[in-house]
Amino acid sequence: MSSPKRGSVAVVGAAESDLGQVAPHTSPLDLMAQATRRALDDCGLKLADVDGLFVAASQVRFGPMSLAEYLRIKPKYFDGTIIGGSSFMSHLAHAQAAIEAGLCEVALIAYGSTQRSVSRAAASPREFNYYESPYKPILPISAYAMAAARHMHQYGTTRENLAEVAVAARKWALMNPIAWEKEPLTIEQVLKARMVSYPFTVRDCCLVVDGGGAIIVTSAARAKSLKKKPVHVLGTGEALSHATISNMPDLTVTAAAESGPKAFKMAGIKPSEVDMVSLYDAFTITPILFLEDLGFCPKGEGGRFVSGGNIAPGGKLAVNTSGGGLSYCHPGMYGLLVMIEAVRQVRGECGQRQVKDCEIALAHGNGGVLSSQCTVLFGAPSTV
Amino acid sequence: MPDLKKTSPLGVFIEHLNKGQLAYQVCTDDDTPVFYPRAVAPKTGSTNLEWRISKGLGTVYSTTVVHAAKDQPPHNVVLVDVDEGFRLMSRVEDLDPMQVKIGMRVKFKVHPGNEKELPYAVFTPAEGAK
Repeated sequence: MSSPKRGSVAVVGAAESDLGQVAPHTSPLDLMAQATRRALDDCGLKLADVDGLFVAASQVRFGPMSLAEYLRIKPKYFDGTIIGGSSFMSHLAHAQAAIEAGLCEVALIAYGSTQRSVSRAAASPREFNYYESPYKPILPISAYAMAAARHMHQYGTTRENLAEVAVAARKWALMNPIAWEKEPLTIEQVLKARMVSYPFTVRDCCLVVDGGGAIIVTSAARAKSLKKKPVHVLGTGEALSHATISNMPDLTVTAAAESGPKAFKMAGIKPSEVDMVSLYDAFTITPILFLEDLGFCPKGEGGRFVSGGNIAPGGKLAVNTSGGGLSYCHPGMYGLLVMIEAVRQVRGECGQRQVKDCEIALAHGNGGVLSSQCTVLFGAPSTV
Repeated sequence: MPDLKKTSPLGVFIEHLNKGQLAYQVCTDDDTPVFYPRAVAPKTGSTNLEWRISKGLGTVYSTTVVHAAKDQPPHNVVLVDVDEGFRLMSRVEDLDPMQVKIGMRVKFKVHPGNEKELPYAVFTPAEGAK
């Protein structure tokens, strides 16, 4: 069996649907279709060119089937892998394998959610689990809160360190015209906000908004002839570690410690060569854990690494320049949007928040309760 | 191999709870504790699973205080590392939720079931218990 090849495919189209609060009765499929149309326009391909379809959504149980019906397309290859917010990084890795194997040539990866409109409880109902449900955790928040509590206990991470993540995200969001949050945020405000699941206040938690996105992927050869500079897939890594927080072996170490090295090995690069990092920030603890597990700082140092504005505009490392799930947009399974920002940074399309000479960007997805971890490294044509 | 038409892993666990016991399994192929209870052992794939009764002592591995709704008092949710080598989610009772700390020793008791709800395992502080 051959391994996927560095740079063999490229993202050629990327777009969000309308974000934030959509009109009553808008469906997740409407958002997927709108984002798809925009992503096709972004690269100059037509719907008829799409022959690979990758969909995951909590409100659309049989994603590929439903979007194929909506768009009336007959994909040669489809994949509905659903592992939470990292599903789309996983889809991208699978799309690369399918394109390399000749099973399809133009893959569409799509997502949509109306969780703000219909409520989170309706958009993403929890399964009953005898071993957890009776204790009434607010999931997924309480699971991440326990990871944060353990990190604080083991490594001296503080609530102020956590708040730094939210404040940095807000500073980036203020440079993103389509970000949900429009007002500045201070550490004090994060700490004094409504407590949800200690040590998290509501400002340690991602937004609950509507939205969707789409990405178009094709072979490096075909990408050359399209509208925009291709953004090559240099490396991917996927890892599962558990489904429920009571079965996570060590709450301070995520499977990003497996997916990251896999992606870096395939790409043949080191974390120090990455210009911009897009990390799934479901809660303020997650970028801290991922910066450690992906090799940007030693284990236990994440809280101190993010502090003093180090991941904010003008800091040591550009993290979540869109404003992230904390301040830009979090429509449930946010991973697709995590990739869109990384793609835009490599293209140089980010305006005021553009990272200078951004040639390599990392997008990291997280799903469930730190359960699935998938890493993608994107590179400009100059890096291939 | 358990006959799943006659007994289930959770069914046996609950029978033990009804007798005031915290039960867990051990895979006798590799002598590893298994929790939650299963029909097939993880990793080994073995069906050589033996039920054992825990002494009921453990240590809080992590904790959170959940503020569910304005009209309800906050409650704690913990992960407990039981001395026999398995972890479970639970809550610590008889203590202010914010006073539940990582590293605290705790002792098992049964939260009894009723017509609507199955019994489940909870813990109380057991400071001084080794």
